[in-house]
Amino acid sequence: MSKAAFRGGVHPPEHKEQTSASAIEWMPVPARLVIPMSQHLGAPCAVQVAVGDRVRRGQVIGSVDAMVSAPIHSPVDGEVAAIGLSLTAGGMRVQCVTVTPDAEQNLEAFVPVPAGDVRATVRAAGIVGLGGAAFPSAVKLSPPKDMNVTTVILNGCECEPYLTCDHRVMVESPERVVAGARIIAEAIGASRVVIGVEENKPDAIAALREAAIEGVEVSSLVTRYPQGAEKQLIWAFLKAEVPHGKLPAAAGALVHNVATAAAIADAVELRKPLTERVVTVTGRVAKPGNYRVLLGTLVSDLIEFAGGFSGGVGRVIAGGPMTGPALADLDVPIAKGSSGIVVLGPDEIAPLVEGDQACIRCGRCSEACPMFLQPYLIATHANRRDWTTAEIFHPVDCIECGVCSYSCPTRRPLLQLIRLAKAAVMSKGAKL
Amino acid sequence: MSDSTELKPRLSVASSPHIGATVTCTNIMLWVVVALAPASIWAMVSMGWPAVQMFVLCIGSALGTEAAWNAIAKKPQTLLDGSALVTGVLLALCMPPMLPWWMSVAAGFISIALGKMIFGGLGWNLFNPALVGRAFVLMSWAGVLSKLPNKGWFKTIDVVGAGGLDAISGATRLAIASADRAAAGGYGFNLASQYQPLLWRNLEGSLGEVSAGLLILGGLVLLFKGIIDWRIPAGYIGTMGLLSWVFGSDPIFNVLAGGVVLGAFFMATDYVSSPMTKNGKLVYGIGCGVFNAVGRFYGPAPESTTFAILFMNGLAPLIDKMFIPRTFGWVKRNEE
Repeated sequence: MSKAAFRGGVHPPEHKEQTSASAIEWMPVPARLVIPMSQHLGAPCAVQVAVGDRVRRGQVIGSVDAMVSAPIHSPVDGEVAAIGLSLTAGGMRVQCVTVTPDAEQNLEAFVPVPAGDVRATVRAAGIVGLGGAAFPSAVKLSPPKDMNVTTVILNGCECEPYLTCDHRVMVESPERVVAGARIIAEAIGASRVVIGVEENKPDAIAALREAAIEGVEVSSLVTRYPQGAEKQLIWAFLKAEVPHGKLPAAAGALVHNVATAAAIADAVELRKPLTERVVTVTGRVAKPGNYRVLLGTLVSDLIEFAGGFSGGVGRVIAGGPMTGPALADLDVPIAKGSSGIVVLGPDEIAPLVEGDQACIRCGRCSEACPMFLQPYLIATHANRRDWTTAEIFHPVDCIECGVCSYSCPTRRPLLQLIRLAKAAVMSKGAKL
Repeated sequence: MSDSTELKPRLSVASSPHIGATVTCTNIMLWVVVALAPASIWAMVSMGWPAVQMFVLCIGSALGTEAAWNAIAKKPQTLLDGSALVTGVLLALCMPPMLPWWMSVAAGFISIALGKMIFGGLGWNLFNPALVGRAFVLMSWAGVLSKLPNKGWFKTIDVVGAGGLDAISGATRLAIASADRAAAGGYGFNLASQYQPLLWRNLEGSLGEVSAGLLILGGLVLLFKGIIDWRIPAGYIGTMGLLSWVFGSDPIFNVLAGGVVLGAFFMATDYVSSPMTKNGKLVYGIGCGVFNAVGRFYGPAPESTTFAILFMNGLAPLIDKMFIPRTFGWVKRNEE
């Protein structure tokens, strides 16, 4: 029996069959890597190398002293070819270090991160949330002292359509995931560890159960988007709501993505820095699959490795189709938070509507909203730029999962309008 | 390689989400029409040519009015959203078959023009457009309506042959029951004997009263498809039945007779004019049932569905305001 999920949500067509059985495969080292100095939420790193420098795989090339940040390591042995601003998947120009890899590479070897306690090691290894948010993991391992975190939840939901990278990590390296879970639980003194996986991945559930050690539960969850959203996942297991404006720790939980847990295990046990990640490349490409990709690999090179486009291309998305940004330029690098490259045909994209679409008050958006918001109301007030009224309906609590826009029969750009309201309200100083 | 032209396709860019559910306003409206189709077709078969004429006139007038309004106002055409078609069909179903043709046309015009477009079109209207049209006809030509033959065209011929026009004009079984009750406190006929005709073939009253059974079937289709929520019809019909029993009448007869089934499944559930919150829907459905029952037993006319729903339409925005759910995470905190 799978657990009842959360209230709201939608179930878009999964489209995971294209890659869910594709074993993770290394993508060969590309001709150049463009490594952004900001691949995480928080302070960008300062470049620690100069043009012409030799770098080694695992060597720190960017770091900064801020609490919320994560250092950046060179994924290859090579030479720094350039340092400068470059476009990234999020649409921002970011300081990047371009490295030309040597012809000979040994991807088994790397400069190990300095020995230390778990938090220091995770920080030094540059680990961030690999589910997409890219929040520095070491920060999450230091919950406020006054909050009693009893449960570590590993997020193996992968509720976004198309993506299967976490799925494959769970199937192929369940023992790494479990090891990471144990390390996290010990580091923060949590008594309970649950790994939540949507029931559409029975092989992952079976593999994790096989690998599970004492004190680690593997739990199957109803397949429903956005089950993998942090607050909804905590609700599914603890039936506790993360209070408005508070950290998950306030509800007694800490959530990490499964691939992040595996990376933490690698960092702590092998002293391995984060230099590559698994990326699902799927949709309208000739050779869809799950590829282990060096950070800094250009999306254009990755798509070429995946056989190039096949069929008409409408939109290329970095991440899943519900939350990922659309790429305007394919010469942008894969970063720590890049879970997938999804290529949609023109016929697969939600059509853009022109002009102001009327709300027919069907209530689908309110019913789907996992935060119990009234998206149509926020959107209506946002459309009038009436931020004072919009604020009454809590746009700041929106988690931007997109189920409102997804479910709207008149295709109103609900989330887009809510984002405007959210930004306007937050600029007035509202707390998130 | 990044310089390959093949890798530089025209990319469309927009903010997420990039995919959308396949349900559109048009296919919701078409499902409503499909759900109404069995009852509508059976009404036409049972009542004959006047019923066919009624559908043609109401739908034609509704569509024509919307097209003309948009053309005059220089707005994009909105006929394809399907809502005017639904209004036309619903309007036809709440009209008596022998209505003069020009009244049908007027009703269609009023429904769309004053019921919907004047507010700004679909989504902005406060009241159910079809019921606005029906209310307009009821109020404007009450005298004409009371003299209408209540039976369909085929039946008219039969009866005219036998006893002349007087024999066929006037009261429906519902009106007779109501009059009996008012006069004597009892009924001149067994209400339970009317279940079968009301369910499957009743030739008295409006086109939507021909077969409550087929309307229930259509309503179940909409429920099953997730197009309407159970709270409104359940609240409405449940309350109507309960109050009929409380007022000393037969609950089943009172639910099946008149426009209750059509109202509960198809009129009160109109998205635009009903509440959006779940608890609000239940309260609104119960409200419709209360006003319909009170109107039927204590009002001036037994057929009170129209005004019960229109009244609750007016309250819908207020009801919604009362039932906006608490935002997830806005839990009461002791420390604050």
